[in-house]
Amino acid sequence: MEFIEFKNCSKAYKNGVTALTNANLSIKKGDFVFIIGHTASGKSTLIKLLYREEKPTSGIVSVGGVDVSKLRNSKIYKLRRKIGIVFQDFKLLPKLTVYENVAYPLASYGMKGSEIRPLVLSALEKVGLKDRTRSFPDQLSGGEQQRVCIARAIVNNPKLLICDEPTGNLDPDTSKEIMDLINKINKKFGTTVVTATHDKDIVNCLKKRVIVMKDGLIEGDYLKGGYKNNENI
Amino acid sequence: MRIFRIIGRSVNSSFKSIFRNFSLSMASITCTIITLLLVSIGILLSYNINNITKDIENELTIVILMDKKITSEELDVAKTTLKSVDNVENVKFNSKEAIKKDLASQNDTYAKIVETWGEDENPLQDSFVITVVNVKDINETATTIKNIDKVDRVKYGESMVNELINIFDVVKNATIVLVVALVLVTTFLIGNTIKITIFSRRSEIDIMRLVGTSNTVIKLPFIIEGFLLGTIGSIIPILITIIGYTYAFNSLSSAEMTNILNVIKLTEPSSIVYLTSLILLIIGSVVGMLGSLRAVRRYLTI
Repeated sequence: MEFIEFKNCSKAYKNGVTALTNANLSIKKGDFVFIIGHTASGKSTLIKLLYREEKPTSGIVSVGGVDVSKLRNSKIYKLRRKIGIVFQDFKLLPKLTVYENVAYPLASYGMKGSEIRPLVLSALEKVGLKDRTRSFPDQLSGGEQQRVCIARAIVNNPKLLICDEPTGNLDPDTSKEIMDLINKINKKFGTTVVTATHDKDIVNCLKKRVIVMKDGLIEGDYLKGGYKNNENI
Repeated sequence: MRIFRIIGRSVNSSFKSIFRNFSLSMASITCTIITLLLVSIGILLSYNINNITKDIENELTIVILMDKKITSEELDVAKTTLKSVDNVENVKFNSKEAIKKDLASQNDTYAKIVETWGEDENPLQDSFVITVVNVKDINETATTIKNIDKVDRVKYGESMVNELINIFDVVKNATIVLVVALVLVTTFLIGNTIKITIFSRRSEIDIMRLVGTSNTVIKLPFIIEGFLLGTIGSIIPILITIIGYTYAFNSLSSAEMTNILNVIKLTEPSSIVYLTSLILLIIGSVVGMLGSLRAVRRYLTI
């Protein structure tokens, strides 16, 4: 069985905009997938359906065998504890230190402090920020903030890492560093990675599976793709 | 154990949040202080006005002047009949001799006049002074008494009493409306200020949701924070209530003031300030908690 499945999935917003039309897509466990497309092509909606920030108007979205579209609002947190999410704007809690930000999900699950500490330090080590535990987000560079965001996303060893434009706010060199890090996590820990991006260089460089979206439709699915193959988009 | 850890962390995070969002916390606390002070003034005013009107009501009496030729047996019968009249609370007899003595003792002029009266020439009348249970029914009670045998005249300041009763009713209702309105305004103001505090932190709530925090765990620190802001905000009004009211009571109770303000007697602080303080604490903490809960719930729906 596929790890992620979209079956005849459509999403229309209340304002009448149809963001996704009849999407069918399967992603295997351990895959690294790029979702590319113009602004308003539907890639962000596709990503948001995965972590149930949006609900499909019709069709099924299944993650790890669970139809997430049928999840009640009060149970969504259970799904989100099994996945890690990396955002374009990092979404760090500004009043918490790096350590507290990474520990936050685990603390909110009610884990003991002694159990949290090694997990947080290990996650921070993976992203190379073990020495910045006491800094606040505004004392870090954009790249470092994104690393903290990644550390928070992987601290619970999720099976799925969702990245929504993870390099959108970063310069090319830092973007490459961040994508190398995500790639390393995928290879080393077998974490399935779904990344929505605009960044041509990264897509071309990593040579991963690429799903091309246009006007809410899945226009192409290339196993070893890159922007070079899809310059028309 | 997990639940205790979550509660402990929520309390901890609430305290941290109050200090880390200091200006907003201060705004909430200041708003709570001002509105609760108004509530406190409203409660104390209403309670005292009620008490003053009650005192005045209690001082309203009916004076019954008996027939000049009434015998002592007839007086006994009249006393028994008066006691049996509906709405009569207390019956006090004043003999004309006692009134004469009382007059004589008041000043020299009266004493000289009283001296001119012979042994059997006392022009005064035996009388009864009665207090009533319900001042509103004083007219009916007076009419009933007028019809009792050997009753000459009944005096109770009819027009003034009727006017007073109407004024008391208006004042009582007005103070109740004032207190209820103040409590409602307070609820609205505190709730709204805390809502603004939480609105400014909606992105924080958003992040909590996205990293897999359950709704209960998200709500808990905010509810505790609302409770703490409300409680902290009620401390100053409570102190002002206790210290200020005791001071006002002592000032108005001093000998000179008692002479000037004979009618305005404040209620003893011990019987009202602690109750008012408790009401302020409950309003502050509960409104803070509920205002916070209401606001945070808005950002938890998808």
